[in-house]
Amino acid sequence: MSFIDWGALMQVLVAGLILGAGAPALFALGLRLLAGTAPVAPEGAAAASSDGEATASATVTIARPTPVRLVGAIACLGVVVGAVAFGLVFVVSGGH
Amino acid sequence: MEGVTETLLLALVVVTALAFDFTNGFHDTGNAMATSIATRALKPKTAVTLSAVLNLVGAFMSLAVAATIAKGIVDAGVITLPVVLAGLVGGIVWNLVTWLFGIPSSSSHALVGGMVGAVLAAVGTSGVLWSGVISKVLVPALLAPVIAIAVAGLGTWFVARLTRGVPQEVSNRGFRWGQIGSASLVSLAHGTNDAQKSMGIILLALIAGGAVPADSSVPFWVILSCAVAMALGTYLGGWRVIRTLGKGLVEIDSRQGMAAETSSAAVILLSSHFGFSLSTTHVATGSVLGSGVGMPGAKVRWNVAGRMFVAWLVTLPAAGLVGAVCHWLESAIGGTAGTLAVFGLLIVTSAAIWIASRRKPVDHNNVNEAWDEEKGADLESVAATTGEVGPERVGPLPAVPTAVGPILGSVESVESLAPVGAAQGKVQA
Repeated sequence: MSFIDWGALMQVLVAGLILGAGAPALFALGLRLLAGTAPVAPEGAAAASSDGEATASATVTIARPTPVRLVGAIACLGVVVGAVAFGLVFVVSGGH
Repeated sequence: MEGVTETLLLALVVVTALAFDFTNGFHDTGNAMATSIATRALKPKTAVTLSAVLNLVGAFMSLAVAATIAKGIVDAGVITLPVVLAGLVGGIVWNLVTWLFGIPSSSSHALVGGMVGAVLAAVGTSGVLWSGVISKVLVPALLAPVIAIAVAGLGTWFVARLTRGVPQEVSNRGFRWGQIGSASLVSLAHGTNDAQKSMGIILLALIAGGAVPADSSVPFWVILSCAVAMALGTYLGGWRVIRTLGKGLVEIDSRQGMAAETSSAAVILLSSHFGFSLSTTHVATGSVLGSGVGMPGAKVRWNVAGRMFVAWLVTLPAAGLVGAVCHWLESAIGGTAGTLAVFGLLIVTSAAIWIASRRKPVDHNNVNEAWDEEKGADLESVAATTGEVGPERVGPLPAVPTAVGPILGSVESVESLAPVGAAQGKVQA
């Protein structure tokens, strides 16, 4: 008597981990490549200046990403957008 | 005469199915949008509007209609219109009760529970396929949060690790967009999946009532009305549930929100693809919990989560009890009068719950207020920001059964509702 379809469960878990955790990770990596870790010293700098200033200076001080980083970022974000588009097609085509 | 009765019964079932569809949208808005609202990626009204539109679109896209309700859980041969009506009432009442307490619980499980209860009352235990109940309802309810917590937890951990040192302004802006994208996907998936359930019920009723031939496809007006009912429900927004999901479980930031929504979207779509059906609600809740587990330094309010798990396990028997009571009432009174009585009972109960909700309204204005003891959709959580468990509060777990008790009890007789109404000051008898 098996109440759990272990095969399907494992498939959902593995694919879920790859897509569900991988996509945010790639997205984060893309952003990191794009924005750089920037001159902000982790806690101190942001806390030192007032909120408004921090946001203003943060946008200003970001160095232009090098071409390599830019390509990397576009690749990462592209994969994520592709995954979302795939999900959309999947939903629309009634593959569920 | 016979024809008139049949038509009336059919009309009542259709209306009730649409009402269930409405509560379904209403109850499940939070699954997709709670985190976006909590992180202010979207204004509350914008979020529910977006979700409503996507649910509407999704409902029209669902071409392959699952025409069977509770397939593999109850014996399809015993489903008659009165049984369907009683089951629907069970599902609606449980949805409203859990909404009142701000508990995200599965609408599908409520519907299945109502059906099981009504079938039990109608033909006894032989009409229920118990192994189906365990493998399709109970086990998934236990596994869904585990999977979602794992996926969202890992995703959040990656994101937190990778965005360390990235200026917060940049990461917020980026992740809010990501969050809106993934939340939209969840909304769309919800529309395609859940609107089908009501369409299926209405189609079944129409076939059973002889209004359309047995091999009929879903008439356009059914698709339209189901889509609109669900979108309307979504737009009104179950703010209490949204509040619990967005603020009650974890203090969430846009990175966690994005990870949680992506996890929800991935797990929901994959589970239906691999034929391992998981409840949208359970997955979404698990993902939010996972985003707290995976975030270094974040606190998860496990006491709130614990109450939810209890509610999930209670969903089936509770909705079943309402469904069973409704069916008994229906057959005790008999005929058209019995059906009308159950329908009237549904209206009175819904009104009573709505009035009870007005005592501490939660809407788009206060949905994001800090989680504290006075507010919180009656889910009184302790120590808003620290997540520390305060020892003095009355244990939270009994809150669900005791508070639900009187309302469920009130379903048994109209008379016992009167005091509830009277206490609020303005319900008619």
